[in-house]
Amino acid sequence: MTDQSLLKTVFGRLTWESFPLHEPILFGTFMVVALLGLGIVGAITRYRLWGYLWTEWFTSVDHKKVGIMYIILAIIMLLRGISDAVMMRVQQAIAFGSNPGFLPPHHYDQIFTAHGTIMIFFVAIPLVVGIVNFVMPLQIGARDVAFPFLNNLSFWLTAAGAVLTMISLFVGEFARTGWLSYAPLAELAYSPDTGVDYYLWSLQIAGVGTTLSAINMVATIIKMRAPGMTMMKMPVFCWTALCSNVLAVAIFPALTAAFFLLMLDRYIGTNFFTNELGGAPMMYWNMVWIWGHPEVYVLVLPAFGIYSEITQTFTGKRLFGYTSMVYATVVITILSYLVWLHHFFTMGAGAGVNSFFGIATMVIAIPTGAKIFNWLFTMYRGNIRWELPMMWVLAFMLTFTVGGMTGVLLAIPSADFVLHNSLFLVAHFHNTIIGGVVFGLFAGMVYWFPKAFGFKLDEFWGKVAFWGWVVGYWIAWTPIYVVGLMGTTRRVNHFDDPTLQPYFIVAAVGAALIVVGILGFVMSIVMGFVKRDKLRDLTGDPWDGRTLEWSTSSPPPAYNFAQTPVIHDLDTWYDMKENGYERPTEGFRPIHMPRNTGAGVILAGLALLLGFSMVWYIWWLSAVSFAGLLVVAVAHTFNFKRDYFIPADEVARIEGKRSQQLATGV
Amino acid sequence: MTEHALDGAAVRRTWHLAEEDQDHSTDGATLLGFWIYLMSDALIFASLFAMFGVVGASYAGGPTPREIFDLPLVALNTAFLLASSITFGAAMPHMEAGRVGATRFWLVITGLVGAAFVGIELYEFSHLIAEGATPQRSAFLSAFFTLVGTHGAHVTVGLIWIATLLVQLGRHGLTPAMKRRLMCLSMFWHFLDIIWIGVFTFVYLFGVIR
Amino acid sequence: MVVMNPTGDIAVQQRNLILAATGLMLLIIVPVMVLTVVFAWRYRSGNRNKVYDPTFDHSTTLELIIWSCPLLIIICLGAITWTSTHRLDPFQPLERIAPGRPIPANTKPLEVQVVAMEWKWLFIYPGQNIATVNELVLPKDVPVRFSITSTDQFATFYAPTLAGMIYAMPGMQSSLNAVINKTGDSWGYSGNYTGAGHSDMRFRLHAVEPAEFNTWVARVQRGGGTLAAADFVRLEQPSTKDPVLHFGAAAPDLFARVLNRCIAPGKPCMVDVMRHDQAGGTPPVGAVGPGVNAAPLNGAKPAPALQKAPEDKGSGPNVTKPAQPGAPGPLKPADPHNRDLSVLLPVPQPGALRAAHA
Repeated sequence: MTDQSLLKTVFGRLTWESFPLHEPILFGTFMVVALLGLGIVGAITRYRLWGYLWTEWFTSVDHKKVGIMYIILAIIMLLRGISDAVMMRVQQAIAFGSNPGFLPPHHYDQIFTAHGTIMIFFVAIPLVVGIVNFVMPLQIGARDVAFPFLNNLSFWLTAAGAVLTMISLFVGEFARTGWLSYAPLAELAYSPDTGVDYYLWSLQIAGVGTTLSAINMVATIIKMRAPGMTMMKMPVFCWTALCSNVLAVAIFPALTAAFFLLMLDRYIGTNFFTNELGGAPMMYWNMVWIWGHPEVYVLVLPAFGIYSEITQTFTGKRLFGYTSMVYATVVITILSYLVWLHHFFTMGAGAGVNSFFGIATMVIAIPTGAKIFNWLFTMYRGNIRWELPMMWVLAFMLTFTVGGMTGVLLAIPSADFVLHNSLFLVAHFHNTIIGGVVFGLFAGMVYWFPKAFGFKLDEFWGKVAFWGWVVGYWIAWTPIYVVGLMGTTRRVNHFDDPTLQPYFIVAAVGAALIVVGILGFVMSIVMGFVKRDKLRDLTGDPWDGRTLEWSTSSPPPAYNFAQTPVIHDLDTWYDMKENGYERPTEGFRPIHMPRNTGAGVILAGLALLLGFSMVWYIWWLSAVSFAGLLVVAVAHTFNFKRDYFIPADEVARIEGKRSQQLATGV
Repeated sequence: MTEHALDGAAVRRTWHLAEEDQDHSTDGATLLGFWIYLMSDALIFASLFAMFGVVGASYAGGPTPREIFDLPLVALNTAFLLASSITFGAAMPHMEAGRVGATRFWLVITGLVGAAFVGIELYEFSHLIAEGATPQRSAFLSAFFTLVGTHGAHVTVGLIWIATLLVQLGRHGLTPAMKRRLMCLSMFWHFLDIIWIGVFTFVYLFGVIR
Repeated sequence: MVVMNPTGDIAVQQRNLILAATGLMLLIIVPVMVLTVVFAWRYRSGNRNKVYDPTFDHSTTLELIIWSCPLLIIICLGAITWTSTHRLDPFQPLERIAPGRPIPANTKPLEVQVVAMEWKWLFIYPGQNIATVNELVLPKDVPVRFSITSTDQFATFYAPTLAGMIYAMPGMQSSLNAVINKTGDSWGYSGNYTGAGHSDMRFRLHAVEPAEFNTWVARVQRGGGTLAAADFVRLEQPSTKDPVLHFGAAAPDLFARVLNRCIAPGKPCMVDVMRHDQAGGTPPVGAVGPGVNAAPLNGAKPAPALQKAPEDKGSGPNVTKPAQPGAPGPLKPADPHNRDLSVLLPVPQPGALRAAHA
């Protein structure tokens, strides 16, 4: 074996060229990130927090902690995703005529691919999963999810996928294919470098995590509701969580299969999506969109659930039309599985097929419209407290409806023939995702933050965040609708028509406002922490809520409920408050709890190693990490000591402290 | 709606379960969760079947099913797999009755028969590749190897699972946890059997009829 | 806004559809948004002049209205969808030239063949035997039938002023029937990202009077330059910002060979391979190689990752360096050395291909 061949065997295609030693911007970014990382690691070491972090957080199987970790991951990735967005907006604002902008196609194409991938897979999904994780078991009166270890593993797998994508910024390159990495462009012949491989491995690893998490949530909601909570007495948020997770279980296998087949094409040379030897690239499009369309409903349904919870709390009324809301949610879930072809009407499926999918897409507007009306009539004859969560709901109602309208417009195949892949489309989906999903997630975070941490978020900075996002959204995206109608397509890094430039400049200003909104949100957390004594929630019910999570302390004890509650009515906590509920103060029994475990971290770490080594063609490391995964997984099944009991007097002590807190307000 | 007694006072209610059996909260959750996982796995296979459906006739001028499928061998393989489902079924009454030894015996038989299935499949694949009917030759062959190979990989995972359970049964006996694990493996094994019925029908039999 | 002010009849109908649908939906959207603001204001907790009814959580009448209003709108939109999708199906020949002007009997549509390449557009006029790169000239008020394919990627053929877009896919033929009703200059592009040259993959569209069209055709024919298979292979190399090129003589079977992916000498045409496959694989006389022992049809497919020898793994650079001198180019079309995306092959000067053939 020659020297060169030995180096290649050991390091695969990883060379010194793979590091950004000669790219000043990337090198500079890398140094900043490395220094920040070292600073954080140093601080944790200095204050001896590693033990605390490992035992209290990383190995925790408590759904509340896993949920919070998901949300922290999402916020970090949001900062990366919005940086990509800002770079794109600046490039599109200046790259006219003889000015090529500061991002050559090579970089610009990675940035828009990374932006979409990160925002969907590592911001939206973790935020939704995190909030469902934290809130749902509390709302159904359970102590944890059905499979606590799987919950922890799911989080770490998602984090591993995110880490692999972040590594691609500095080692090698990311994909230049768009966020769904279509064939034939993603095939080895046209994308031979590390980009698509990073994309595929990050998302496969994270996808396993998301699938497992979805299975977990469905089993929890079906099997672990407190006695008396029939399905029709469940909070609407839990219904939307159920439907969203059922949908997720139904669709992630399609994405897994599509990525698996593309990986086979790239690693073994099969012919699934090639242009030669019988390949069918169109099948890739079908498979990813069978995942892709229902995926946006996986994201938006929990957001709808959040709006329902917040609206009924802040209007002081039960949600209007509970039964109708449940049916609407189920109908949306089923219909969303039947519309995927509307993403490629222009591929020439014929008028009959196109019409079917177009009409099916429009029909989803009916239950969605019913939901909007139901929220409207919850507000009707209510006593609305315009606190921050409710402000987000109002912004949603006024913003998302426009996005839904443009969606129905795009659902008409002949209209789509002129608007497919244009900036009008890009504005539409940002309209629905920002107006629907993002606003809902921020509303949910502001609403449930006091429950999670025991103090409210700072209100001033929360309003900065709100106005930054809402005004920023409208200023950023309205010009993009216009530019789309002027015949501009997406993913373009340079323009020749100077009449477009004013629109892109306005859009860049809007993007800057959104950045202000994000920073405002981070500040609201920081200042909330600084002023936490003034913002303290001592009652556990800071908003006068109606659902069961508000019956616990803020934050709830590890076991959630000292004694399993018995449910009598919808809006359980409201029912309890109205009917003389008394907290139990005695008669506690030892509580059965799942034990923490490090197996999730280790398995995800091995998966990360496997992904990295496969991207770089370091086959020996792939074999080792794959074997490691098998061994650790099997070894974990030999661990039968997975639980422990919280002694009764410990429970009594915690509950006693809460009684005292409620009585004296200290 | 709240319930009110005739004098207007709210009815007294039970708000908590004072005496609770700690373990019932997750009753059946494991089996339901595993079943849902199996359905997601079924959807992966459905996607692979769909892929095979689309490119199953794209021979690209290369080997066709009639030229490469050895139906007698496939029939033997099918017999093995179906038999392994029967032998696994034979283990279950012993599991219910708590007879560890008999359960392990039938598990071993199942494992051996399953290993024979995988072995024959590997033999078939290596023979095809040696002949030049490689997965790289055409989309039909890519889809064939992937669909059949994914099924075989699942069976292999099942074999590792059987081995693991054999060891654990030896150590722990037939506790409720062990019974749950065996029930899950049972669902998994029979599920793979059903998938195989789809495979040999749509891939092998339809392939040579076409 | 060209989508709102197109000059082609199909595009005009699509624009009208957009306006009609928007209007229909605003019938519901505007009242909803108004009501939202009204309720938000009226029922705020600071307002003492409101009715606060905490038990108002159900009303069958309201539910019926809530479900039926959107349902009615969607029924209307559904009907519009069905009829317009069939009427504006790109594969259907045109029924009229403009509103109120049906197609005269015995009109033969102008045939234009479109090949989407990386990253440029090739237009072949088979009836006139000419071809152009990045320039599409059409006569006014004459129905045109486009036959569209691609060399490697899924691009979309789209001229916003003319008609809707349709995908150009390798090995597949799409059709678009359109007509342009006003003279003038416009442009077109690909609506699907296909790589580094996507932003510059634009063509000029000139709509001219039919007489002027004939003059233009004659001028191109006189201008010389041939487009045969070998020229096509050279043209196919990835390039960007290509200037307009004219070819006075285009090989007659060029499009069919591009579609069947048998431009390169020695490659069997897909239609022959598929015929052979559909016959169950038994080779008819003189057809493609015999089954199991046939050589691979396309030896240019890159080696998959797991089959690469260590020396061939290449490098995963953080930034792709410029193409090495001596990249094989057209000799090995699928060679990764051709595909360095940060530097592209030099743009051929107008007339260079013609000069090369002189």
